[in-house]
Amino acid sequence: MSIARYSMIAAAVLAITACGKQEPAKKAETKPASAPASAPAAAGDTIKIGYAGPLTGNIAHIGKDLEYGARLAVDTFNEAGGVELAGKKMKLVLVAEDDQGDPKTATTVAQRFVDQKVVGVVGHLQSGTSIPASKIYSDAGIPQITPSSTAIAYTAQGYKTTFRLIANDAQQGKVLAEYAVKTLKAKKVAIIDDRTAYGQGLADEFEKAAKAAGATVVKREFTNDKETDFNSILTSIKGTQPDLIFYGGLDAQGAPLKKQAKKLGIKATLMGADAWQTPEFIKLAGADAEGAYASIPGQPKERMPGSKEFLAKFKQKFNTEVQLYAPNSYDAVLVMVEAMKKAGSSEPAKYLPELAKVSYSGGVTGPISFDAKGDIKDGAITIYQVKNGKWEIMEVVGGAAKK
Amino acid sequence: MNLINSLPRKKGTLIAFCLLLLVLPWMISSGFQSGSSYLRALDMALLFIMLALGLNIVVGYAGLLDFGYIAFYAVGAYTYALLNSPHLQAMLPSWMMYPPFVVSIVICAIVACVFGIMLGAPTLKLRGDYLAIVTLGFGQIVRIFMTNLDRPINLTNGPQGINNILPPQFLGYNLGKPIEWFGLQFEPVHLFYYLILFFCALIIVVSIRLQNSRLGRAWVAIREDEIAANAMGINTRNVKLLAFAMGATFGGVSGALFASLQGFISPESFILMESIMVLSMVVLGGMGHIPGVILGAIIVSITPEVLRDVINPLQMAVVGRKVVDPETLRMLIFGAAMIIVMLVRPEGLWPSKRRRAELRPATKGIALQEKDDLQDAERNHD
Amino acid sequence: MDIFLQQIINGLVVGSVYALIALGYTMVYGILQLINFAHGEIVMIGAMVTITCINFLIGHNVNLPGPLLLALGLAMAIPVTMLLGYLIERIAYRPLRKAPRLAPLITAIGVSIVLQQAAMMIWGRNYRAFPAILPSDVVEFGGASITTLQIAIIALSIVLLIGLFLLIERTKMGRAMRATAQSPDVARLMGVNVNNIISLTFMIGSALGAVAGVLVAANYDQAHAYMGFMIGLKAFTAAVLGGIGNLGGAVLGGILLGLIESIGSGYLGDLTGGFLGSQYKDIFAFLVLILVLIFRPSGLMGERVAERA
Repeated sequence: MSIARYSMIAAAVLAITACGKQEPAKKAETKPASAPASAPAAAGDTIKIGYAGPLTGNIAHIGKDLEYGARLAVDTFNEAGGVELAGKKMKLVLVAEDDQGDPKTATTVAQRFVDQKVVGVVGHLQSGTSIPASKIYSDAGIPQITPSSTAIAYTAQGYKTTFRLIANDAQQGKVLAEYAVKTLKAKKVAIIDDRTAYGQGLADEFEKAAKAAGATVVKREFTNDKETDFNSILTSIKGTQPDLIFYGGLDAQGAPLKKQAKKLGIKATLMGADAWQTPEFIKLAGADAEGAYASIPGQPKERMPGSKEFLAKFKQKFNTEVQLYAPNSYDAVLVMVEAMKKAGSSEPAKYLPELAKVSYSGGVTGPISFDAKGDIKDGAITIYQVKNGKWEIMEVVGGAAKK
Repeated sequence: MNLINSLPRKKGTLIAFCLLLLVLPWMISSGFQSGSSYLRALDMALLFIMLALGLNIVVGYAGLLDFGYIAFYAVGAYTYALLNSPHLQAMLPSWMMYPPFVVSIVICAIVACVFGIMLGAPTLKLRGDYLAIVTLGFGQIVRIFMTNLDRPINLTNGPQGINNILPPQFLGYNLGKPIEWFGLQFEPVHLFYYLILFFCALIIVVSIRLQNSRLGRAWVAIREDEIAANAMGINTRNVKLLAFAMGATFGGVSGALFASLQGFISPESFILMESIMVLSMVVLGGMGHIPGVILGAIIVSITPEVLRDVINPLQMAVVGRKVVDPETLRMLIFGAAMIIVMLVRPEGLWPSKRRRAELRPATKGIALQEKDDLQDAERNHD
Repeated sequence: MDIFLQQIINGLVVGSVYALIALGYTMVYGILQLINFAHGEIVMIGAMVTITCINFLIGHNVNLPGPLLLALGLAMAIPVTMLLGYLIERIAYRPLRKAPRLAPLITAIGVSIVLQQAAMMIWGRNYRAFPAILPSDVVEFGGASITTLQIAIIALSIVLLIGLFLLIERTKMGRAMRATAQSPDVARLMGVNVNNIISLTFMIGSALGAVAGVLVAANYDQAHAYMGFMIGLKAFTAAVLGGIGNLGGAVLGGILLGLIESIGSGYLGDLTGGFLGSQYKDIFAFLVLILVLIFRPSGLMGERVAERA
């Protein structure tokens, strides 16, 4: 067989896959409402917003949570008849794609959004996917608001299109460490991280700030984001008798960590960050969750005007509790639409400057405005503790509380 | 099989096919609504073709089961990233930073090759599944080091990954920005397509030339029977090491191109599942057969992307509403397809003549009868 | 010293679970020379089904003591996983018995993906909490602590292992299994129904997997559609470490791997002056594996046999 012959066959295969693509696109045209993912960009009367996050894989529950948040915002606008831009009522369409938490897939998804002429993107969930995707959005001039990626590097790339609705690792790590050392009077601190971009970034910042505040870091241990057995690292931490153990990682690991610490007879306080502050954590850790500290960037949901309504609607619509950042992705859509209203247009080039200088306070996470890099300005951080099986607010640091 | 011999006869088809490949990005990006993303998926598919061809040398030719192949891809990507990003600027001497693109690729290939030998050397004695688990471990070890070498010295920037990797620069052109030639606007995806296509073609040619070389036949001999090959005077140690080294080199080149395309890499891209995917490409396509492997790589890497567009309309058409999440269904279909293809064609979709002959012999009737006899015997005993 | 003792206990608990799962890999491998990649997913499904059953019973106000509820849940989960193991063998492996060796490997990966996604459709994306029905009393001795559940895990593992050994070494069925492992064709000539024996092997392995899955879920109080992959991989490593195809080897490999992991992550940092810490736990395990295989290319207890043609 010659190279030419099998090349021909390869070409045929390509052609077949190509046909496969065209077909569904045609089908979709007949049912645009039912299949928004492949609906053609109907000019003029719809605004397409993209959401990308991991909808399969082991953190899919958080990815889906974000999608629900964004979807709730979109549906709320549509139920009210759409958004009025330059005297014309426009419907919002949310295009949700699965990036599998994989950087490679994230860039393909980003390219899809660009092709589909999405005017703004909410996402991605992790820093590892937000960063490679941000390059593509920046090249296309599409604003990207991540509701949850906290890596400092994300907004430090010099792109005009990157925004984030969450305090970054440095801000959050610092607040937590100061709270631990000054309020909780922890002198000896042990730190564990899960070797993901999120956990490691946060733990490093916590370590820095804790040292600066005068505590000693007696042990730095590591695990990975799929592990459920922490007995060995906890045992070696136990030998150093810390006052507080900080874990940079997710709720699904945090819960067994907390339980195992209790079984091993460790007296130290356990502290996590935003990914701990979920109903999932309490559900999984049960009675052992008691006493754990965690934080969440933003004003406490319960204190925000309109948040009660948000939580109720969320529950009613999706029949599940808010896990984590659904309010952030909800606000991301709100703030995007606000900028569009100001600019009187949904064209990215026109509303991007408005988004950069937006000042919005109708959301559920607190007043929103961005600094020059695109980070949320003066974002509040709320510290919680589990008391009687519930996350109770301990302190609100920064944000509006200061003013 | 011979490239040179077939040239005069099939010149016309070959040229036509090359032309098709050259205009393909234009057809795709103008023909479909989400064309550029398909083009990007195609870029990725080309990278996977390179990976699959590299693994094909190790698994297909030499018969050495390798579960950690993605490690070489990772090594290539990290080498390229370290040389072409500001990350190590403070530590490396300035003459080492930002080498010309071709030099970068060559360095990546060499480094990956060294890693290939590092894996090959201690595992020469191991066979079959023992080799599989050791290579799996090797792949994990490389990934874990990449995740953790941010301390004590920050070499790989750990889980945060390396950002701001420069796109390739060619003769004064920057592939990361649109270029205008002869009034045509070339987007970066297009430019990368041509760049990757070039390297892919290079690797295909090398693979074809290797297949019928003395070395290629030595690999096949080892795959079929190592002891007999040794008795025939083949230096099995060196030949096996060469298989690992060649395979690793292909992986390294592919990884370097991946890093330059993405502009950002982190350890999340080099997990075990990727190794498994590359292995499935080789096996699904037809082990040891270059066109089969290429077909396998295209199908495995593009199917999940195509399914994105197919699932929702399909669900609507069949059931009339969204019953299950399209994402879960997509992966489910993908897994089921893997099973079905293997059941229907255990030798792969497009096997080489030799393999097909082994598995579906002309004397099939006799083979079947033999089997029947055994089952009859069994039945009589029960 | 108490810390060292604690690390040994930690290792033993993890190791006995690895051993149970590794047995499933090694039994199938011994008979078919096939890595049953989907075994980890069987473990996951065993855990999920048990949790669903217990929650159902609790939801219907069945007031039984915790261990009995658990036993009821298991009694539901074991037949489910056995059926699943049987079906997997029947659909994905049996037609490929004469195919090239890598073909069933790919179908195994396919089955694994399908089961993961199916579990996600049935049980959702969220982590499932294991119902708090078991006592979690902590027993202290020698300065180390162990929960009653952990003691039960080790004890149950030992009982199951002994039972399996008796089954294989003392019964007629066990003899048929050993004969099939040695040579399926000769076993067939001797009147063994090889296909039935292979199905049985898959079913026994899956039942052990279900028990292991429940133990894992109970010990860590959670289960998830993706939980099987990692633990399956570890158990497979353990099976190879001990010499795949050898039952005693799987047990030894499992316990050893558990101990290596716990001692490795507990002391690696101190031994290397902080240069290598617990983040290299998995590397440590794999390095030991590679070293063992270099000196004993067929595992700790594997026989030195020539490759079967």
